Amino acid sequence: MRSLKVVSILTGLLAIAACATQETQQPVARPDVKFGKPIAAADLAPWNIDVRTPDGVGLPAGRGTVAEGKTVYEAKCTVCHGVDAKGGPVYGTMVGGIGSFKTNTRVLTPGSMYPYAPILFDYINRAMPMDKPQSLSANEVYAVSAYILNLNGLIPDSAVMDQNSLVKVQMPNRDGFIIDDRPDTQAVRCMTNCK
Amino acid sequence: MRQKIGVDSALTDDGLHARRAVVPAATDPTEDSGRRQFLRRGTMLAGGALAGGMGLARAAPLDVPESNKGFGKPIAENDYGMPSKFESKVKRRRTDILKNRQNFSDWSMTPLQDQLGTVTPNGLIYERHHNGTPDIDPATHKLVIHGMVRQPLEFSMADLMRYPSVSKFYFMECSGNGLTDWLKPASTTVQQTHGLLSAGQWTGIPVAWLLDEAGLEPGASWALFEGGDGSGHVRSLPMKKLLDDCLLVYALNGEMLRPENGYPLRLFVPGWEGNVSVKWLRRIKVGDKPWHTRGETARYTDPMPDGKWRQFSFEMECKSVVTRPSGGMTITPGMQEIQGFAWSGNGKIKAVDVTLDGGKNWQGAVLEGPVMDMSLTRFRYRWDWKGGPATIASRAVDSTGYVQPTVQDIQKSRAIVGFVQHHNGVFPWSVNANGEVKNAIA
Ligand code: HEC
Repeated sequence: MRSLKVVSILTGLLAIAACATQETQQPVARPDVKFGKPIAAADLAPWNIDVRTPDGVGLPAGRGTVAEGKTVYEAKCTVCHGVDAKGGPVYGTMVGGIGSFKTNTRVLTPGSMYPYAPILFDYINRAMPMDKPQSLSANEVYAVSAYILNLNGLIPDSAVMDQNSLVKVQMPNRDGFIIDDRPDTQAVRCMTNCK
Repeated sequence: MRQKIGVDSALTDDGLHARRAVVPAATDPTEDSGRRQFLRRGTMLAGGALAGGMGLARAAPLDVPESNKGFGKPIAENDYGMPSKFESKVKRRRTDILKNRQNFSDWSMTPLQDQLGTVTPNGLIYERHHNGTPDIDPATHKLVIHGMVRQPLEFSMADLMRYPSVSKFYFMECSGNGLTDWLKPASTTVQQTHGLLSAGQWTGIPVAWLLDEAGLEPGASWALFEGGDGSGHVRSLPMKKLLDDCLLVYALNGEMLRPENGYPLRLFVPGWEGNVSVKWLRRIKVGDKPWHTRGETARYTDPMPDGKWRQFSFEMECKSVVTRPSGGMTITPGMQEIQGFAWSGNGKIKAVDVTLDGGKNWQGAVLEGPVMDMSLTRFRYRWDWKGGPATIASRAVDSTGYVQPTVQDIQKSRAIVGFVQHHNGVFPWSVNANGEVKNAIA
């Protein structure tokens, strides 16, 4: 991963047991035993809820409109997230922030931050409402995702979200990410008269 | 000795922390009366324990203590031992700088100023949960492995604990450690600035064994790990790291995990940001691409210049901090052993340097063994504090040759705006002429 550079050990530095390693403690070989029980795809289906968000693999059947989403939201989400998702007693705004990342106050919302719209489905489906996660139907999750996308100006009032349409929503932060390119610092080990 | 601003009163109203840092005063009979008065106080405080002192303090006559004169507490029929009541201030704490409006998706921090060795006691391991702590019955808990495997498998805890086990010492650090203190001091204590850091001996089995048992299909290169908590926390991890050194862990420091640390089963990813070590682990799904969940796009990403975000920044790079003396303590002139921790997610600690003048000059500190891969390493440096202002800090070097940067070094390549992760900058504490130690990040 990283090139091994030779580090000069400072005079007077006493590295006690510096060569202690953990390698010798680990039996590297896998034991010749198998304790797992085969499980059928149908039997694990209730747990198989993840969505691969760039292409929507894993999105279930179902559909929801912006108007239906507003109804779900007002019944189950307003209490923490506030009216029109503008922020409530428990959490800040889930609307706006688009275009804020080049300023000194980046506002992070599903609209400004999520690169792929199915992230909304995956996250709400597994984690919201926070006091009763995994209680919404697929239709309700599609609907409330549609509502939040609509509040962020990303889909029209008439939009219907389902397996196909959710993946196609263009998110403004689609190309906002770079993959880890660290180390990105070049500190040197200056000892005297530094800076 | 007390900081006035932004401090939890329980933290500052704390003679214990301060007293720990007090080194008994030197005793020069020729000194002035103010000094002698101070000495008398020092003597009262520290008894006659002047082992490291430079002169002779007169100890007061001894009384036989009450503890010698009667029964102690009887041995209970059964019991789980707890720390002395005199240590009751040593607690995990939420930060008081950035308080969430709920405490389910929240964090609490390890009191590093009171951690006297390289193992964090189980009750003090920092917490970061996304919907509170479940307490899951191991008799019903199950782990499922599926996706791009030849045979999807289910394991009970009893199944998992039948495999030979592996025990390893590793640190664990949250990517958000230090996020309140990048450009100006906000936090008072090292618990608040660095307490999303803990370490211990983790026991479990290599992830590779179970993936092998399920049989990876060609092209399997990532896997999703999902928790059984109310957030269903999920992270995608690259297969190379999983096969290299990741563990499915059920014990920490010799006992089963505590509920808040993932009981009965969690993933442990050595050297990488804590949130990928998914707790209450219930499912592993093997795939050929990352999932790009909320926790790896909208969260746990680093702001970069030009409005960009750095993603999958997993490794916790080489870092160190002085824990004694540290913010909120008061020191007295004479010998002070500067102590702290160094660690690196990329290897072993090779060296730690200490500065007393804010980074102009540095001296090598002593590393206390064993020095192990991706573990906490303790360093020590004996300092004769003459009483003038000083700015102390530590700087670590790891086995890749990487030198811990300053915040200014980091700022050259990253944007420090808002909720910034991965702060591994050199962290200074200032000491004023009264011996008060304060956060001096700038
Ligand atoms: C009990 C309070 C509570 C309720 C009720 C609740 N939420 Fe949340 N929600 C939260 C909190 C707290 C967070 C932040 C969690 C975190 O970041 O770990 C959150 C986060 C979210 C996010 C992520 C926001 C972002 O910027 O990435 C979405 C989306 C969301 N909630 C949708 C919903 C929906 C839809 C409902 C109703 C079905 C709902 N929530 C009900 C408390 C609540």
